[in-house]
Formats: sequence, structure tokens, C-alpha cells
Amino acid sequence: MLATLVIVFREVIEAGLIVGIVLAAIKGVTRRGLWVCYGVVGGVAGACFVAAFAGRIASLFEGSGEELFNASILLLAVGMLTWHNVWMASHGRVLAQEMRQVGADVAAGERPLGALSIVCGVAVLREGSEIVLFLYGIAASGGTSEPGMMAGGALGVLAGAGVSALMYLGLLTIPTRQLFSVTSALITLLAAGLAPQAVAFIQQSGHLEVLTSIVWNTWLLSDDSVIGRLVHTLIGYTAQPSGAQILIYFVTIAVIVVLMRLVRLPRASEGKAAAS
Amino acid sequence: MTTHERSVSIWKFVRMRPLFPALLVTLSLSGPALAQDLANTDVTIKDHRFSPSEIHVPAGKPTMLTVKNEDSTAEEFDSSALKVEKVIAGGKTATVRLRPLEAGRYPFMGEYHATTAQGVVISE
Repeated sequence: MLATLVIVFREVIEAGLIVGIVLAAIKGVTRRGLWVCYGVVGGVAGACFVAAFAGRIASLFEGSGEELFNASILLLAVGMLTWHNVWMASHGRVLAQEMRQVGADVAAGERPLGALSIVCGVAVLREGSEIVLFLYGIAASGGTSEPGMMAGGALGVLAGAGVSALMYLGLLTIPTRQLFSVTSALITLLAAGLAPQAVAFIQQSGHLEVLTSIVWNTWLLSDDSVIGRLVHTLIGYTAQPSGAQILIYFVTIAVIVVLMRLVRLPRASEGKAAAS
Repeated sequence: MTTHERSVSIWKFVRMRPLFPALLVTLSLSGPALAQDLANTDVTIKDHRFSPSEIHVPAGKPTMLTVKNEDSTAEEFDSSALKVEKVIAGGKTATVRLRPLEAGRYPFMGEYHATTAQGVVISE
């Protein structure tokens, strides 16, 4: 039961933190819950599908199908988070004004909502498929009692959701005006943290054999500890990054920051023109 | 006018993002013909244990493990030290590539049965 609790808790927290940040990032947008729900439900369905076909996926591409699949969905998430941030940078000001009015019209906001829906889906898909495989394994091997497994799983989900909810509520205490910049920063780091994971999978598949050696070893905080996992999810911490991982981390941040600047500048001048 | 054009071109770039999977396909075309050339170690998972649980590899060279899962349930070969996370379905065999390792001990485990499935790669 304890093993089930620990694994489920760990995986739920990883997906939950991402969903929490996404929810906070689109605070005040109507129907945001629905979009996030689409993502989560789609992720759960996808997780069951991936778990069912794990063997099949793994044998694709000369046995590196799983790695390339993981890398692809991670890069998809990085792309969607980037898109969201850039979109918010260009529309954020308008959106913030609209939200102060009751019944803000967010028809124009559906694009990034769709993107973030995909981000939630991908997060749940990735962690969820591990939970499904693990629980199925336990149930099939008959090692633990079924009630014990159910209890462990339920507690794991509750604890993971609880921590994610705390994070979300913490974010909500930030005033709306600053919330945009805080969530933008969080999402930039989230994206920058996902990109090196994708690189690790590509390196593992043998398709990228440059800069694979470990650049430094942070002995202070292990990847496998709970805190290590948290900062891993939030900012992409890893105790032993490879050269390619460090490179892609900073490239991702640079790309997002530059794109946000680029779309913000023309908008700002348009705003001035409209005001005068 | 110009500012408008500028933002349009940026949007084109942003919309290109879904091309990432295509990039991956390109990467895989230039793919690993090297698999056969690597030093290989056969590893078996049975009753949620690795055998051998201690694997010796030469330092400084890329190597690979061929992991056969003889259990009926899936296992995840997981090691943060080796930077490997690989699910191996029940009854299947998978290839785990190891980067060139400095001399040292690199623990790994079967994440779904971490109490019994433990092992270490020793690079020397």
C-alpha cells in the first residue's frame, strides 16, 4: 500500500503542479475550468491508451519508440507553453482590462486555452500512463491486497492533489496585475524545465550523441527526493545535467523571452497611438 | 503598418511550432546504425529482480544493456544517475543505451518494484 501511495503521489504531484500553474495563469477567464478539464480527461484517456500499448510503442523506431514518443510530447508541451506566453505578452494587457468588467468576453482567448488544455493533457498523459502500468502490475502480480492498493492509490491522489491545490491557492493570493508576470515567469521556467527532459530522452534513444557527458553533480539535492522532484517539475532541476540539457534549458528561456519582447513592442506602440 | 507586418511574421513563426515532431523524424533518419557496434550486456528481470544485478561496463565508452522482462507485468528501468527511464512491458525485451560513463557506481532500479528490483552499473 505504501509503495502505491508513494508512486501515485509522486506522479500526481508532477502533473498537478503543471495543472495548478496553468489554472492560475488563466485566472478569471471564463470557461477555463472546462478547458483544463478537457485536457485532464484527455490525458487520462491517453494514459490508459499508452499503457495498453506500451509494448507496441516501445518497439517502434528500432526499439526507441518510447523515448521518441516521450520526447515528442514533451516538446509539444514546450511549444504550447511558449505559444501561451507569447500570446499573453501580446494580448495580456487587453485581457487584464477586460477581466475587470463582468462577463469578460474571451472568445479571442480560446487559442491559448486550447494550447494550455494540451499542456494539461500531456502532463497527465505522461505521469498517468506510469501510474496505470504500475497499478496494473501490482494488481496482476497479486502481491498486495486489492483494498490496500486502492487505499494507497486514493491517498496518493489526494495528497498529490492537495499539494498542487496549495500551490494554486498560493498563486491566487498574488494580485491580478502581478499574477500575469509571475505566471509568465513560472511558465517560462516550466517550459525550460521540460525541454532538457526531452533532450535526455532523445539522447537515451541514441539519436543525439553530442554533449552527453555530465557537466556537474549537485550532490546536495538528489533527483529522487521529494524536494528534488518538486524543483525538477517547477524549474527543471536535475542533479546531474548533461551539456546538451544545460544548453537547451537556456536556449528555451532565451527564445521565450525574446519572442515575448518582440510581440510586446509593436502592441505597446499601437496602444499609445490609440490613446492619443 | 510596419509594426503590424512585424507581428504577423512573428505569428507565422509561432505557428510553426507543431513542426517539432517532423524535426524528430529527421533526427531519427540520421539515426543509430551504431547499435550493433556497442558492447552489450544481457540483463533479465524475473520475479521483479534484475540478474545480474551488478553490471560491469568499460569506462569512457558508450555501451548498451539488453533487458529482457520475463515477468508478466511491466517494469520501468529507472536511473537518475544513468539518465535512463524506460518502460519494459511484460514479456518484452528492450535496449537501454548508456552514455560513456566515468569510472564509478551508477545505481538503477525497477521503479514499479523498487523494494526488490535494485541493481548497479559499475564503470571501470
